[in-house]
Amino acid sequence: MNARSRRLMRPAALAGVLALGLTACGSGDDSGSGGGDAAPVDTAAALEKGGEITVWAWEPTLEQVVADFEEKYPNVTVNLENVGTSNDQYTALQNAIAAGDGVPDVAQIEYFAVPQFAISEALADLGPLGADGLDGTFSTGPWGSVHSGDGVYGLPMDSGPMALFYNEEVFAEHGVEVPTTWDEYLEAARTIHEKDPKAYIANDIGDAGFTTSMIWQAGGQPYQVDGTDVTIDLAGDEGTTTFTEVWQQLVDEDLLAPVGSWSDEWYQGLGNGTIASLTIGAWMPANLESGVPQGKGKWRVAEMPQWEAGQHATSENGGSSLAVPAASENAELAYAFTEYATTGEGASTRVENGAFPATTADLESEEFRGAESEYFGGQKINEVLADSAANVVEGWQYLPFQVYANSIFNDTVGQAYVSGTTLTDGLAAWQEQSATYGNGQGFTVNK
Amino acid sequence: MTAVVAGADVRPLRRSRRRWTGWMFVGPFMLVFALVFLAPIAYSLYLSVFRTQMVGGTTFVGLENYAQALADPQFWDGLGRVTLFLLVQVPIMLGIALLVALAIDSGRLYGKSFFRISIFLPYAVPAVVAALMWGFMYGTRFGLVGNLNEALGVSLPDPLSPDLVLASIGNIVTWEFVGYNMLIFYSALRVVPHSLYEAAEIDGAGQWRVVTAIKLPAIRGALVIATIFSIIGSFQLFNEPSILQSLAPNAITTSYTPNLYAYSLSFSGQQYNYSATVAIIMGLITMVIAYVVQLRGMRKEP
Repeated sequence: MNARSRRLMRPAALAGVLALGLTACGSGDDSGSGGGDAAPVDTAAALEKGGEITVWAWEPTLEQVVADFEEKYPNVTVNLENVGTSNDQYTALQNAIAAGDGVPDVAQIEYFAVPQFAISEALADLGPLGADGLDGTFSTGPWGSVHSGDGVYGLPMDSGPMALFYNEEVFAEHGVEVPTTWDEYLEAARTIHEKDPKAYIANDIGDAGFTTSMIWQAGGQPYQVDGTDVTIDLAGDEGTTTFTEVWQQLVDEDLLAPVGSWSDEWYQGLGNGTIASLTIGAWMPANLESGVPQGKGKWRVAEMPQWEAGQHATSENGGSSLAVPAASENAELAYAFTEYATTGEGASTRVENGAFPATTADLESEEFRGAESEYFGGQKINEVLADSAANVVEGWQYLPFQVYANSIFNDTVGQAYVSGTTLTDGLAAWQEQSATYGNGQGFTVNK
Repeated sequence: MTAVVAGADVRPLRRSRRRWTGWMFVGPFMLVFALVFLAPIAYSLYLSVFRTQMVGGTTFVGLENYAQALADPQFWDGLGRVTLFLLVQVPIMLGIALLVALAIDSGRLYGKSFFRISIFLPYAVPAVVAALMWGFMYGTRFGLVGNLNEALGVSLPDPLSPDLVLASIGNIVTWEFVGYNMLIFYSALRVVPHSLYEAAEIDGAGQWRVVTAIKLPAIRGALVIATIFSIIGSFQLFNEPSILQSLAPNAITTSYTPNLYAYSLSFSGQQYNYSATVAIIMGLITMVIAYVVQLRGMRKEP
């Protein structure tokens, strides 16, 4: 569970140029129907012929998908291997690709890491294999995330549109209304902490995924990537400033619990009401149910607070795709499995087992939207979450070396949480160190 | 004539066979030695003269990585931190270990074996488990520190804040290794002949005089060895900060110690070449300092 949550906590990355990607899809070939089952002829032949493929993934719901797939296509054998979560798997994958041996046919790759693999030409372009025909199958955020340049380098497996998860009991106890804007959120934070000095509206000790998602929602576009030309502008970006203006006040007034997410203290805090809300991706309900059983019936979901009243803007937080490494010797079969697992039947199976879908068909289905969650006091939480998926702000891009940038977030921005440094200064330091790394890796950053 | 010819024939044959026999004995060791000890060092050296980029691939850069590391403030900050740690924590730890060893050796302690085993016990706890355990105790909200705050109505400083975290790590390391060093000192003290103590007693020497004039000089070698181990241990500081990092990511940066820096470079940054360079430089510095200490420690010996 913990491993899974960590994975989900990683930021979703909008790989590649979203605008470019969408244009490319729009002009894609017309052979695809846009439906999940429109597999081109060669894929069908490959499935008939059969063979063996290896899948590297840590997503637990894939087990059932593999079993179903093997039953449906008896000639195909799928070896599902968990070689580690997130970074561990990427290291193994990079090593395998470098060695040219033992490369899997399908690999789970988080959105924020897709550009890294795509740019080093480690992944196959799935467009010609049939992904070009899937335009409209997935919601725009994740679909944009798997594009890099003109290519499609993965199929979205799940998504994490953000929402406000809150403990209704604590909010009611202190007479706090559910905030609809971040200004109201700040007020609510003050009220809660004032009435109960042990309680906080949220926890935050500096989290790269959260911060970038917040800047994303505020309309910021601090990262611009065009091939190997990269611009990082956290200092002058308007969305970033919008975010820091409010968040700096929360930090200065000690209104955020100094507890790291996914720690034992965090789970305890969520359970005993001292952490009263979470602004996080839509994959959170399953984690709350398993990690915070004592919160049953108390938690609710609301739309993410807005930067301007009346808006309905959201952003993505976490999620991953299935990609086919370029070195796969069985790319057609690998693609066939990828499509099965991410669309149609496979996607439905995974949703039944608790994954949050990236497919529009599932997001819009009455059955999905209408499901009442017992944990959330009978609330139809998927309505809120699916609406959030539709309202994701377009145009966000992550860095092609976001994995490293995120790893040094606490070295730089994190200092604002424990010393006199401001978030703005911290972000400037983050920008500088990220740029240094990028230039050292052969990109042209801020030049 | 024939004898001379025969002799000339035989001698090189015998010599070569002898040479071969020697290698037969040394060979297996040399093979394992080369594979296990030399190959990793050679591979690190090889890695450190290349640079692999996400864009542009691998290129030979000569000593550029070394130049970069020597001018890298993050590396020097980390080295400064472990040096401070070495100067403060090691004397404290060895001092406590020495005191305990002398106390147990004095024979005036009841329950000698109980103390010996209980002080040694923390060393048997894996470092990762120890760091986790202390991490929980340091917690100001739900940990031991938090409980103390609540029970006594006080507000203890956060042991995991940036200012205190190095001291907190020092506390963990001291707890772990006092027993180990105590055992080194104690075993050295055990081999001091008792006749010396008796002679000193006859000469009218007090306990303190016995300690300074007999016991300490007798275990000088053990003191030097323990100091060298501690220096190496301090420079290799990794487990404790790495475990505590998840609890205090803002206080323990990715370049907190040189080893942690090398680890982050390689696992988060995929900069294997630069990481190998940092590791090699760190190894050299450790070797030099340990060697200097050894020379100084042994010099005054009669």
